[in-house]
Amino acid sequence: MKVSVISVLLYLVLGPVAGGLLAGIDRKITARMQGRRGPSVLQPFYDLFKLFHKQVVVVNDVQDFLVWGFLVFIVFTGGLFFAGGDLLLVFFALTLAGIFFVMSACSANSPYSSMGAQRELMQMMAYEPMVLLVAIGFYDVTGSFSVSDIIHAGSVPAIAYMPGIFIGFLWILVIKFRKSPFDLSTTHHAHQEMVKGLTTELSGNILALVELSHWYENVFLLGVVGLFVVTNAWWSGIIAVAVCLLSYFSEILTDNIFPRVKWDFMLKSTWTVTMVAGVVNLLILTMIR
Amino acid sequence: MEVIAFLICFPFAAALVLSMMKQHGKPRKYFIFASCIAIVAAVLYFSAGALISGKNTAYLTDARALDTGILVGEFAMMALVIYFGFKFKKHYVSLLSIAQTALIAWVDLSGPETEGSHIVADKLTVIMCLIIGVVGTLICVYAVGYMKDYHAHHTEFRDRRAFFFAMLFVFLGAMFGLVFSSSLTWIYFFWEITSLCSFLLIGYNRTEQAIRNSFQALWMNLLGGLGFAVAIAYCEKQLHVTELEKMVTAAVGKPEFLIPVVLLAFAGLTKSAQMPFSGWLLGAMVAPTPTSALLHSATMVKAGVYLLVRLAPALAGNMAGTMVTTVGGFTFFVTSLLAISQSDGKKVLAYSTISNLGLITACAGVGRHEAVWAGVLLMMFHAVSKSLMFLSVGAVENNTGSRNIEDMHGLVVRLPELAFVMIIGIAGMFLAPFGMLISKWAALKAFVDSKSALLVVFLVFGSASTLFYWTKWLGKLVAMIHNSERLPNTTKGSEWFSLVSQSFIMVALCISFPIVSSGLVEPFLSDMFHDKVPAVISSGNTHIMLMMLCMIMILPLAVRFLTFGKKKKVVMSYMGGVNSGDDRTFVNSFGQKEDMYLANWYMEDYFGEKKLLKPSLVLSSAAIVVLMIIVIGGAVS
Amino acid sequence: MLKVSKSPWLLHYDGSSCNGCDIEVLACLTPVYDVERFGVINTGNPKHADIFLITGGINAQNAPVVKQIYAQMPNPKVVVAVGICACNGGIFKDCYNIDGGVDTAIPVDIYVPGCAARPEAIIDGVVRAVALLDEKRKNMRKEAAQ
Repeated sequence: MKVSVISVLLYLVLGPVAGGLLAGIDRKITARMQGRRGPSVLQPFYDLFKLFHKQVVVVNDVQDFLVWGFLVFIVFTGGLFFAGGDLLLVFFALTLAGIFFVMSACSANSPYSSMGAQRELMQMMAYEPMVLLVAIGFYDVTGSFSVSDIIHAGSVPAIAYMPGIFIGFLWILVIKFRKSPFDLSTTHHAHQEMVKGLTTELSGNILALVELSHWYENVFLLGVVGLFVVTNAWWSGIIAVAVCLLSYFSEILTDNIFPRVKWDFMLKSTWTVTMVAGVVNLLILTMIR
Repeated sequence: MEVIAFLICFPFAAALVLSMMKQHGKPRKYFIFASCIAIVAAVLYFSAGALISGKNTAYLTDARALDTGILVGEFAMMALVIYFGFKFKKHYVSLLSIAQTALIAWVDLSGPETEGSHIVADKLTVIMCLIIGVVGTLICVYAVGYMKDYHAHHTEFRDRRAFFFAMLFVFLGAMFGLVFSSSLTWIYFFWEITSLCSFLLIGYNRTEQAIRNSFQALWMNLLGGLGFAVAIAYCEKQLHVTELEKMVTAAVGKPEFLIPVVLLAFAGLTKSAQMPFSGWLLGAMVAPTPTSALLHSATMVKAGVYLLVRLAPALAGNMAGTMVTTVGGFTFFVTSLLAISQSDGKKVLAYSTISNLGLITACAGVGRHEAVWAGVLLMMFHAVSKSLMFLSVGAVENNTGSRNIEDMHGLVVRLPELAFVMIIGIAGMFLAPFGMLISKWAALKAFVDSKSALLVVFLVFGSASTLFYWTKWLGKLVAMIHNSERLPNTTKGSEWFSLVSQSFIMVALCISFPIVSSGLVEPFLSDMFHDKVPAVISSGNTHIMLMMLCMIMILPLAVRFLTFGKKKKVVMSYMGGVNSGDDRTFVNSFGQKEDMYLANWYMEDYFGEKKLLKPSLVLSSAAIVVLMIIVIGGAVS
Repeated sequence: MLKVSKSPWLLHYDGSSCNGCDIEVLACLTPVYDVERFGVINTGNPKHADIFLITGGINAQNAPVVKQIYAQMPNPKVVVAVGICACNGGIFKDCYNIDGGVDTAIPVDIYVPGCAARPEAIIDGVVRAVALLDEKRKNMRKEAAQ
């Protein structure tokens, strides 16, 4: 109990710090990959601060409520995860948060954000099966959906039993981190065919809340990556952090290598990967256990 | 006992009176309201009594006179079917009806007298009673106002309201009869009444399409009825059992019982409109909205899944169960994909009903207690939220003249009250802390435990597509269009009463589901599986879900409070700088105003009926036929 | 320490430019000049932008567009006119369809002349705009306090 309270508090405080730093490192590495110097690692914090100090401009009265809903439920998702809660509930809360975000875009009644909303929904539909399979995979391996039970399950990391599911999860992380080729709904790259999409009508402090939620979300997602590696040995934590950073780097690399694809390719390829990597892995798990 | 007799007989009596009240106006209206109140009061009295005593009771061990009456009733129904078969030259329905009635008559008249109770009341009966009694009567209340508007809008149809209301009450009576009966013959009798009743209700408009669809519903349900009749004959002649519950208890682990089990399961699949029998429920949309609401939520399809839930222990871990889970899971997946391509509100609801029933069916087929737990809860949540959705779509249609989802754009500004009711309904259908998700959680766990990877695959992909079509509908509703005028809300008082009460029931059910689970569902499972069933969902998780629910409710207030006093500047939406000022039009390259239209994605080429329907019907038929042959062949040899 | 100037996001609008200045603006983002090291992002969305960077002159077609985009930007905001056409109409000044520079439609804060404006000059203009942003932010605070 004590441990879970402390880890939730740590997540609440350090989550945005880590998330912001990761975003800063991302921009630095991306710049270096493109032969540029790139902004300071602290740049995302400058951006956030700036956004909080802009004039409040909205297109309607429900936008801020819906974006707050997004933030609150993302934080709830991460908090539940780091408190050692039920993995399925964690993912359901994540979906709920996503729906709040999509609603905020839909409420704007604007062509770009509505296009972004439809694409975001398509992205959710593409990654949702894999996300659920991750939870099911953990359940098959450790016999519990509870994160704290999964951590203390044994001395062999879960990834040894479910490499396919891990690969599938890395695949959908591209969508979740909003990285090219699957950054259809909103992106950080100015050269894409539709840039801001979902967030077009959000500005100033509301946009800052969205950024903040993304940081919390990214830290939580990397936490799930870590869960594949963690065992009850203390040093497995260090390896988990290393694996997280490595997978984050691979996402950045993917981002810089591949151009954006169309939604149908995204859906087909993601569902195919889910079937081939995820479901086959699950079948094998069901057979050996 | 008296109250049960009242619940079964009173709706029929009310229907008889209603069919004679041809005059439109206040007397009929108040008669309907009074009957509904009587039914709800009786249901509440019965449920309270059953809950306080906490016992399961069985009545009427000797009912020879009633048995004869029921046989006469079956012949009357056969005569009616033959009459319609001749009138509309659809003789195949007559053949189906004759075959099954003859079979039942032969069994009844020739067979040795077997002792057994005819009426039984346990926790599942209480649950079903509450669903039928409360949701069903609310639909009847709604129908009073709705039908008036309906005939004002559609003058081309003959006004047969007296008949319509009578049929609604017959339906309720038949459903009560079905859930209280324990004797297979009695269940079969009420089962046939619902089939016939739905046929009459679907054909209400008497248009060509309505007649075609009603006959489709009839033959599919009669086919299921034939399966039912054969199952009864087999039970009585070979196994000497007449009661459903005894049959199920005896059937666990005995291959010779597989034949009636699989036949009854087949009947359940047809009634709950599983693929390949999904066609009749989709066709049922031609009827006025209360019909669809009644068929989709509280009655008819619930009869199918009710039977399957009762059969659940006998389905666990055998090929009959495999048939049910395969068909159910497949239906859940395919129909949720099909729902993506639909823009007609009622059609989306129809597909989502079939899809949810598929999930319940799959849960029943798994036959483990968590799965059945999930199935029963799904049944309750689905009944309330689906009826709410149908009725609100109907109300929107009466107000705006369209039930197309695209036309619901910005409904939250134009008809805020109806939009809020609809949002509650949609949230109840799939959103996180609300009912459906709790059940989905349990279902997923049960599917994984039963080691059926196929079901897991169906469930995860099906949930993803469910998310897509509901959220895009939600998105349409919440679009805030500036300078929209509020439409005059012409929804009648009775309709409002029904909508608002159902919204409250929805929310109350979400909050009180732990009590419902421990007070009703878990005791029922313990009885049915004959052992102590552990709690399916841990209290920690229950608290987390309730916490989420509270957060959703507090959030609007909290945000209002946080942003109170802050100056917000409201600006136009971004349209590349050519927004002509009202967020609905933009200036084109000729300098003229042009309307903007924001459409949802339907992706006909990928998820359209043309693309998916035929292959999935073929696949599911093949699955049913092959698995039934395997089961029956295996049992015979 | 934390100032608006640390994160100037800009919106680039092409009025009736010959594309010469636009190419130079984009050149600023390339590895040679890399304005992103100052935190500059090309947002393409007025609601996110702090700096409105316009190339080309104003004509009857784009005057309302420029005004609308300007109105949609949240305060504090700065307008930078890049290239001589944006400053006063340039060689198109006397054309029947040209109103003149950007200042005929909206108030301009920084003028960056040149045909085409060199990247160094554009960066210089942006840096000055950034300084102005901080000042405007201060003024906004003062007004809010009053």
